[in-house]
Amino acid sequence: MTSDQPTVTLPVPRTCPFSPPAEYERMRENSPVSRVGLPGGRTAWALTRHEDVRAMLADPRFSADRTRPGFPVLAEGQQQLAARFKLSLISMDPPEHGPARRAVVGEFTVKRMAALRPRIQQIVDEHVDALLAGPRPADLVRSLSLPVPSLVICELLGVPYADHDFFQSRSARLLRRTEPVASREQARDELRTYLDALVTQKEKDPSDDLLGRQVLKQRETGRGDHEDLVSLAVLLLIAGHETTANMISLGTLALLEHPGERSRLGEDPDAMPEAVEELLRYFSIVDAVTSRVATEDVEIGGVLIRAGEGVVGLGNSANHDPGVFSRPGELDIGRGDRHHVAFGFGAHQCLGQNLARMELEMVFETLFRRVPGLRLAAPVDELPFKDDSNIYGLYELPVTW
Amino acid sequence: MRIVADTTRCVGAGQCVLSEPSVFDQDEEDGTVLVLVERPAEGGLDGVREAVGTCPSQALSLTED
Repeated sequence: MTSDQPTVTLPVPRTCPFSPPAEYERMRENSPVSRVGLPGGRTAWALTRHEDVRAMLADPRFSADRTRPGFPVLAEGQQQLAARFKLSLISMDPPEHGPARRAVVGEFTVKRMAALRPRIQQIVDEHVDALLAGPRPADLVRSLSLPVPSLVICELLGVPYADHDFFQSRSARLLRRTEPVASREQARDELRTYLDALVTQKEKDPSDDLLGRQVLKQRETGRGDHEDLVSLAVLLLIAGHETTANMISLGTLALLEHPGERSRLGEDPDAMPEAVEELLRYFSIVDAVTSRVATEDVEIGGVLIRAGEGVVGLGNSANHDPGVFSRPGELDIGRGDRHHVAFGFGAHQCLGQNLARMELEMVFETLFRRVPGLRLAAPVDELPFKDDSNIYGLYELPVTW
Repeated sequence: MRIVADTTRCVGAGQCVLSEPSVFDQDEEDGTVLVLVERPAEGGLDGVREAVGTCPSQALSLTED
């Protein structure tokens, strides 16, 4: 049963930090493919079932191009922010997307990520040392969640970490939906100008880091140019620290709030990879980034989506679909299921997923081993959750031990 | 059972390597799938089936021949 009159407007705020919005469950049961309102009065289709979200994301008749008319706009000014510059990987369609992704995905293979392990462990240990040596209570976001992935992506890309205050503040502003469009545009422009200068420097003197190697690869293959590389740098720098940082904060909070799960993990360190998958599923922090626009008429879940219509694949709903995940509202670190769509699905599935997995495993393992008395220093219902950001998470996480 | 990998579809996510590292690897240059064991033993098929099911670009399949 579907209706053309939307009763739900996206984005739907989470009323409980540990659960998807209640509307998702109602939609999934009553009208799994339904019309929804968008900010600014436009409409789109929302997909709530795991099967439909995966089918849509794997179907080349849906475009990821954020500048196309009809692409679901979840924050005012989103299309104007995406336009003007060359599209990054996240917005490219075939035939451009495949070769562009292949040019960089070799940097993120499982083996390449495993080789970073010793250096990441060192970074995590240094930050836990500083946490333990510092005052109590401490804000885990500032002392661990944000600096660790930020430093890791900086070293990988070849971005000076000394500039972290600059790019972290711009990234956060750019992602905050409630931020005025002019301020988000300014943040985007400043970030872009900064990375433009950095890429220019690497073009003069290619360093042994991801951006330097991309310069050499462009010369060797003749594919891609300066603007492409700046767009890639912007995407990787933002995606590389905001997402993982929020998962570190939320994952730590969830394990503190579920002592049974935490002690299961303490007894069996080999359970960590599965625990990370479960935390990724449970929080699904990038709920609506998996949006597309149909380029042809396509039937999804028995509903005809017409060419030009926007579709939002609600990842947080898909990852709580009881048809796929039994007792989806329960955090079960032994669930052992990697079929979630927390990293998306289809050709655009997260490029840095194996880096994120490894960082999360190493941070949780180190933090709970070295700070066994870790506990919250504020009531959960007073914590500042990022309800206003395109990436869910925590602005602060006060902890003590 | 034989593994069929369509490297033109592969997007190098590496999900297959996580599922069954004894059967799958990735090309060092472009991250695309390398099938190390084309006909895995019956006992190792669970990981291979998981790899087929989690592959985001649906580049993997199992055939009976």
